[in-house]
Amino acid sequence: MNIIIVGCGKVGQALAEQLNEEGNDITVIDILASKVNETAARYDVLGVVGNGATHLTQQEAGIKNADMLIAVTGSDELNLLCCLIAKKAGNCHTIARVRSPQYSSEAPYLKEELGLAMVINPEQAAAAEIARVLRFPSAIKIDTFAKGRVELLKFKLPEDSPLAGLAVKEISTKLHCDVLVCTVERGSNAYIANGEFRFLDKDIISIIASPKNANNFFKQIHYKMNSVKDVMIVGGGDITHYLCEILNRSGISIKVIEKDLARCEELSESLEYATIINGDAVDQDVLLEEGIDKVGAFVALTNLDEENILLSLFAKSLNPGKLVTKVNRIDFDDVIRHLELDTVIYPKNITSESIVRYVRAMKNTIGSNVETLYNIIKGKIDASEFIIRENSPIVGKPLMELRLKPDVLVASIWRDRKVIIPRGGDCIQVGDGVVIVSSFPLHDITDILEK
Amino acid sequence: MNYRMIGNILGWLLIFESIFLAVPLITAVIFWEPEFFVFLGTAAFCLGAGVLITRKKPANTTLYSREGFVIVALSWIVLSLFGSLPYFISGVIPSFVDSLFEAASGFTTMGATVFPEVESLPKSILMWRSFTHWIGGMGVLVFIMAFLPLSGGQNMHIMKAESPGPSVSKLVPHVRTTALLLYSIYLGLTLAEFIALLICGMDPFEAINTAVSTAGTGGFGVRNDSMGGYSPAIQIVVTVFMLMFGINFNTYFFLGKFKLREAFTTEVIVFLIIVASSIAIIAVNISGIYADTGESVRHSAFTVAAVISTTGFSTEDFNLWPELSRSIIVMLMFVGSCAGSTGGGIKVSRFLILFKGIKKELDILVHPKQVKKIKIDGRMIEHDVVRSVNVYMVCYVLVFAISMLVLSFDNYDLITNFTAVAAAINNVGPGLELAGPASNYSVFSEPTKIILIFDMLAGRLELFPMLLLFSPKTWRK
Repeated sequence: MNIIIVGCGKVGQALAEQLNEEGNDITVIDILASKVNETAARYDVLGVVGNGATHLTQQEAGIKNADMLIAVTGSDELNLLCCLIAKKAGNCHTIARVRSPQYSSEAPYLKEELGLAMVINPEQAAAAEIARVLRFPSAIKIDTFAKGRVELLKFKLPEDSPLAGLAVKEISTKLHCDVLVCTVERGSNAYIANGEFRFLDKDIISIIASPKNANNFFKQIHYKMNSVKDVMIVGGGDITHYLCEILNRSGISIKVIEKDLARCEELSESLEYATIINGDAVDQDVLLEEGIDKVGAFVALTNLDEENILLSLFAKSLNPGKLVTKVNRIDFDDVIRHLELDTVIYPKNITSESIVRYVRAMKNTIGSNVETLYNIIKGKIDASEFIIRENSPIVGKPLMELRLKPDVLVASIWRDRKVIIPRGGDCIQVGDGVVIVSSFPLHDITDILEK
Repeated sequence: MNYRMIGNILGWLLIFESIFLAVPLITAVIFWEPEFFVFLGTAAFCLGAGVLITRKKPANTTLYSREGFVIVALSWIVLSLFGSLPYFISGVIPSFVDSLFEAASGFTTMGATVFPEVESLPKSILMWRSFTHWIGGMGVLVFIMAFLPLSGGQNMHIMKAESPGPSVSKLVPHVRTTALLLYSIYLGLTLAEFIALLICGMDPFEAINTAVSTAGTGGFGVRNDSMGGYSPAIQIVVTVFMLMFGINFNTYFFLGKFKLREAFTTEVIVFLIIVASSIAIIAVNISGIYADTGESVRHSAFTVAAVISTTGFSTEDFNLWPELSRSIIVMLMFVGSCAGSTGGGIKVSRFLILFKGIKKELDILVHPKQVKKIKIDGRMIEHDVVRSVNVYMVCYVLVFAISMLVLSFDNYDLITNFTAVAAAINNVGPGLELAGPASNYSVFSEPTKIILIFDMLAGRLELFPMLLLFSPKTWRK
């Protein structure tokens, strides 16, 4: 597909990298020549310098032949204008990043009236992801397939876990659980687990299971299951605003600590159910007074990455509960992983991942068959969902008879509203939804077979 | 510095060179020449060495800007070294330095030869000479990039280092597709010339040699009098194609899309104006020598096209022309062709930037607080590009001066030395006096030839890659 990306910030670059790797033709537009050159030199894309909201610049970037324009500049109004003009000039699909709550609340109207294909609000998306993790605190990350009926959960084995020392194939025999282990991260290595693989303490494991079976599995390995009852949030930005709205719906009690008095007043106006504390969270007394050692979950959402990380480390030293840390800069994710901060949220990654997911779904209608796709381990292992629409060599044969490539795992089959965790004797049939875990990108289900 | 990756690409280069050697190999089969074994041996040697080197894929494939420059500079040296083997082994050139000179002159598309006469040479050797122009014209690494799946955007560094012109842009998002597009245009134009020459009655072997030699703006001919002995029709065809290969290839890409405004950039228009006015002045200046106006215009046009496109074919010995014509010809050598073409020289676009820079500087003297940006085709030229062009000019003069100093050891006259260096660094081919179209470079001593080989490579790669090889910082970890 021909895709134009307006704005070469972090999100624009992440999109350019990911979408280019998936074989799209990318043109990036930015007003700053240095940004454009940097992006064009780093990823194999075409660069155009100019104001992306002008017809002339869009024409130069080839809007006539573009299938999609993604506007991710820093300004909402500019993004919307880019999309409007692109719609008129090229009649392509348009995606705008809109972050201000005023516009964002009008997203359905904007989509309808301005003909936008997707309006993404990074703060809202981040809030949704945090809420998902808080609902199931044992997991670091949760992705869903088959419209939420299959979950891909990523969690870390605690020390002295009963799972340590077991082999993957022993899970079903010794623990009587119907889950499938997909990947294991150990240090900086990532493995697609086969039956003989043995777990160690501190491994980060991804499993695929239905929500019910996942609960059962966590009970068996003595993993704490209690969902969060109360949350302490530091920083009163937009993510906090959205997060409170979602958490309130599940009846979680919320405490927000914000430095700025005016912002506190705004928040207390719109979020009357939450306790708003006006205080500087860097002051340990404030945190202790508000009971940082007793809360079920601690969420650090200030605008400073360093502050968020320090606050979470402090909370970790006092409280064994759930920790969520927001980090804006994505460049140091390797370093941050070593701090063992439980869940770290990168709003920029979430934005680009949602857009990439949309693009894939759209591409689906023009060739490739991937329904949803997640990076389980960034750049190393993907999980892709396919809907089997037609007969192909993989249909109707037991899995153990298929000649699969190495590093391919058929992770789940969804048939007749039921989730099957496949064993060697199961077959894939037409109409199934199949999740494949692989160490290389897949474009079609038949890519998993040895040529 | 990622030495393994550099080695890997050099290995691929050798594999591709062995593929290129198939062309003279086939020629040797057709004409049943004993040089067959020479080319077979060289190709096998290149293939073997290449396969051996590339067998182990480096774990780290990251290339940064400096690796890009070093790869390009080393590739061209390796290419010339191995490309000289057929001349040396077959014994047509007894000295190795002379063989290297001939090979480098071929790949850099200079087209100056050490052969006093070429008509007695084996056909396969002639084919290899001409074909090296074709390989070097568009850039061998651009070719490799079109076929080798190198990782991501990093090969843009290689393309930037190898392609001529002050700034390089892609036509389509992917470097590989851009490289493929450029080579398709290149191949298409070459075929068009080949067919046009056949129609004008040229012998097929000579037509294919002339076509590939013109395409790379090289200048190796298959006859001792270059293009002088051919019919006027053939000379006109060659004139037109020399000019076409001197124009930025983006022009053809945009012409194909019917985007006239993008196709005829200021650079192309200025190039055509320079060509037209030079032809007019020289035609008037030499009108006394030739029988009628048509003939003097034809010779003038051919020479101007041959020199400004840096091809270096000749129909007449312009060394014998009046001083005004000779001066214009020498100046055209420096102007050179457009950026993004197969020709050499300083490039019209660089002169555009330089002249606008002079105007800007003069304006600032009048209005010291004026803020002014240099624009071409309505597009701002970034300060980095302007600075790089200025530094390029300074380096150019320095390399030129030092080369002339070394050449003066041979104790030839100043015009010979000056035009020999100019012809080498601008990849033109013939100069004036002893280096003129009627003579050849065998008169120079071996140290002089080595300096000229350096000048050719430095000129073809636009100085910086070659100069970077001598910077100690390049090689530090």
